[in-house]
Amino acid sequence: MGDQLPAIIVLAPMFGAMFVGLFGNRDHRVCFPIVFASLLISLCASIAAAQQVFTSGEVIDYFMAGWEEPIGIGIHLRIDSLNALILVLISVVVVLVSFFSIRRAGDQHTEKTPQFYILYLLLCVGLLGISITGDAFNLFVLVEVSSLTSYGLVAMGSSRRGTHAALNYLLMGTVGASFYLLGVGYLYLKTGTLNMQDIHAILQANGEIAESNAVSIAFLLILVGIWIKMAFFPLHGWLPNAYSYCPSTSACLLAPLMTKVSVYVMVRVMIGVFGVEWVFVNLGWSHLVVWLAVIAILAGSMLALAQREIKKMLCYLIVAEVGYMVGGAWLSDPDHWGLTGSLYHILADAMMTLCLFLAAGVFAKRLGAIEIKDLEGLFKKMPLTSVAFVIAALGMIGVPPTAGFYSKFYLIRGAIEGGHWEYVAALLISSLVNAVLFFRIFEIAFFGNKPAEGHGHDDHHEEETPNLEAPWSALFPLLASAAIIILLGLFNGPIVDLLRESLEHLPSIVTTQAD
Amino acid sequence: MENSVTSFLPVLACLASLLAVPLILIFRKEPFLREASTFLAGFAKFGFVLAMLPVILSGKVIEYTFVEGIAGISVPIKFRVDGLGMTFALVASSLWIVTSLYAIGYMRGLKEHSQTRFFSFFALSLSATLGVAFSGNLLTLYLFYELLSLSTWPLVTHHQDKEARGGGRTYLSHLLGTSVAFGIPAIIYTYVKSGGDLSFAGDAMLAGSDMSYLQGVVLLLAFAFGFSKAGLMPFHSWLPGAMVAPTPVSALLHAVAVVKVGVFCVIRVITGVFGTGLLEKLGANLVLCWIAAFTVVTSSLIAMSQDNLKRRLAFSTIGQLSYIVLGVALLAPYAVQGSMMHIAMHAFGKITLFFCAGAIFVATGKKYISQLDGLGKVMPWTMGAFAIGALSVTGLPPTGGLLSKIYMIRGAADAQQFALLAVYLVSSVLNGVYFFPIIYRAFFKSQPTGELSVGVKEAPFACVLPLTLTAIGSVLLFFFPGLLFDLTSLMLPGK
Repeated sequence: MGDQLPAIIVLAPMFGAMFVGLFGNRDHRVCFPIVFASLLISLCASIAAAQQVFTSGEVIDYFMAGWEEPIGIGIHLRIDSLNALILVLISVVVVLVSFFSIRRAGDQHTEKTPQFYILYLLLCVGLLGISITGDAFNLFVLVEVSSLTSYGLVAMGSSRRGTHAALNYLLMGTVGASFYLLGVGYLYLKTGTLNMQDIHAILQANGEIAESNAVSIAFLLILVGIWIKMAFFPLHGWLPNAYSYCPSTSACLLAPLMTKVSVYVMVRVMIGVFGVEWVFVNLGWSHLVVWLAVIAILAGSMLALAQREIKKMLCYLIVAEVGYMVGGAWLSDPDHWGLTGSLYHILADAMMTLCLFLAAGVFAKRLGAIEIKDLEGLFKKMPLTSVAFVIAALGMIGVPPTAGFYSKFYLIRGAIEGGHWEYVAALLISSLVNAVLFFRIFEIAFFGNKPAEGHGHDDHHEEETPNLEAPWSALFPLLASAAIIILLGLFNGPIVDLLRESLEHLPSIVTTQAD
Repeated sequence: MENSVTSFLPVLACLASLLAVPLILIFRKEPFLREASTFLAGFAKFGFVLAMLPVILSGKVIEYTFVEGIAGISVPIKFRVDGLGMTFALVASSLWIVTSLYAIGYMRGLKEHSQTRFFSFFALSLSATLGVAFSGNLLTLYLFYELLSLSTWPLVTHHQDKEARGGGRTYLSHLLGTSVAFGIPAIIYTYVKSGGDLSFAGDAMLAGSDMSYLQGVVLLLAFAFGFSKAGLMPFHSWLPGAMVAPTPVSALLHAVAVVKVGVFCVIRVITGVFGTGLLEKLGANLVLCWIAAFTVVTSSLIAMSQDNLKRRLAFSTIGQLSYIVLGVALLAPYAVQGSMMHIAMHAFGKITLFFCAGAIFVATGKKYISQLDGLGKVMPWTMGAFAIGALSVTGLPPTGGLLSKIYMIRGAADAQQFALLAVYLVSSVLNGVYFFPIIYRAFFKSQPTGELSVGVKEAPFACVLPLTLTAIGSVLLFFFPGLLFDLTSLMLPGK
């Protein structure tokens, strides 16, 4: 059983999807238990696998049906301490979102409930698979699994704009996937293998191949493909509409995970396939990419500032945060603090985005609040939801002890050591813009749109306000994610330690240090 | 090398008021129990602080590491109590009890709304204040610093009207904006430069590092402006803006807790981050000295032109804060000690003045100095306390303000900075110029005719008692400053 963990992680939601397809149409009530059970199995298996990796310090290699690469085109799953964390993150997020889906799926698109859950589970298969695959081509397949399901999830809503956004997303996403596939094709031509480790070993051993233009072009194609998938400015056009006009549950699932997993893929390709030395020393694009990231951060922040709708604003914040992570990964500072910071930020930002989108979903549902100005009197109407929202907002601003502060801390440290002051400035400006954005919301929530002429008096009784607090199915994931934001911050030491260790164990960095 | 004791007491002192928040929320329908829980927390907090006093006086340091980080990678959340932190904690926790009493009188006297929210956030901000006082490294300091900015915002904007909204915006944009824009990069730069050392224990963090004059000046100014609660110009305008808050908030937070946290941080930066040795070698301190001197003189001049009593007090506070910054930036031992003592001296004096301003408002509804004619006859206790507070802030006997000012002036002489010494003297005169007309009006002018018949009485007892107590405190600090001397001299190198 213990040896089969990687397979269980991916297969549990896949079989879950099949069961939902088989039984869900007869009785919608069986859908949620199946979904929850399969995600829970996957979560437990992820935690067990992570535990195994962290305690033994060794990598789990798993070959589906025993077909060892590179001889056959097998399915190679590989869990090291880097993607073990990502794996746990994904499975925690999908379990939390499944709670949020309970009521939503029940009362809004009842006839589509089983279809929704099938897509939900298949998306989980894709995401979990992306994070543990050891094969560049399988990665493409899994990226497409997750992308195709997410087009469906976006289009599920009833609004026409949602359908339109889904089409837009589909076109852009397919272009991105094609770029990626083309890049992998170039690599296969040059190296004759699709296994990430083998490609890396060949590039490391054979300087002639590594320095050929074809490999550089392959890297560029792959990079651009992934950038489209993660909505790196200016390739972000599909994201804001897709995430703000889709059903709330879909948004809560996609917004925290899709972009962050793409960032992980970029990091994995950079350090696991091409190697840090090759990327930073041979290629020497680091200045260019950091500048692109700076532009992305500033543009994302400014566009967020211009939005009136809550979800749109959050979407542009994602664009800015993607800039954080891409920039951080490319800082090329000698001790890789930037890389560490951006990996840590994957965890932190996923939880913050989750919390914010859950809150936005609750606002839309309970208050009918689409625009920021609809949030009048929020703090009195739903105190607990507001607490979670405030915590996530403080995380985005970067107030300690939330995780958002520590990721900025490590990113800025990397930038100072790498000499990228423009990136430091961009991070700080973006923090200030976030502060303005969220305090604008807090002000409206606290004062209302039109502040009272004189201030109110009352005798010692507090006035009663209607209780509009969200139901527990929504409150639980909200509060849990808010708690995780703080816990991630408080225990940033051990987590960063794990990340650093995983970076050191990846072959490329060891060789860099040996030189 | 100083020896340290591990104890949970600083955490308890910090948590005492935090734990009061749920109690206050539970008893939101029972004003009596709600206020009782505030007092309970106040006395508990003061008790915990007092319990640490003997250890600190014996020359030891209390430490407690809350979340242990992995060495070399992250900085733990750490509490550390030394002489300076103890001084500040004593002042803040004792004055909280007095202010709570005052707040009850004030808030009930004016039938304010949302009193539960008010008392909850008040307790929360006190936790943050003690957190700053007891923080053992720069990161913990920053954590509580930000918590204080955020937890005082609902207090500043308590009235929820247009004016409060404007004041609240200025408040947060200045405090949060500067700390993010200047504070965070300064902290991280220090972290990189010192090789991962952010702890206040042992030598100053940057003591051994090589720095150019320019680097030193930029970093020092980034810290000084980043901790803009210290009110250095040009980032001072949040403080007058914050005067829209109810007076108990202005009294405790904007004369004691929040603003003193600002100067406390600056003192920590100069003594703990740079170390006086490095700054003296670089000569970078003089830039800060002159900015502070400019703030002292300018704010005193602005104070003279204010007719709104609370605004005049606010500008006076800005000037007094810069006294402290100037004192510590002079680097001379006497000046440093004087500025640490001034935290306490000014706290007692200025809180008295604010209490008086609030008491006048509760009793008569008057906000402007020009309306105060003859008030001393109907409100003798309040105006008497006001006179004592004014004496203390100006630095005249028999009040504590004299002692700290003498120390700072002596320090300026030791540092051979006679121009800055003149700044101290000139500004003392200016302090007198903007305070004594108020006292003159109250006691020696007659009430305008037509108002005599209006039944103006002394403010409620719950307002008068606290201001009397703090006025007595100011006088006592003049006669018995021994404890303060002992605590602050622990902080001087070579003693």
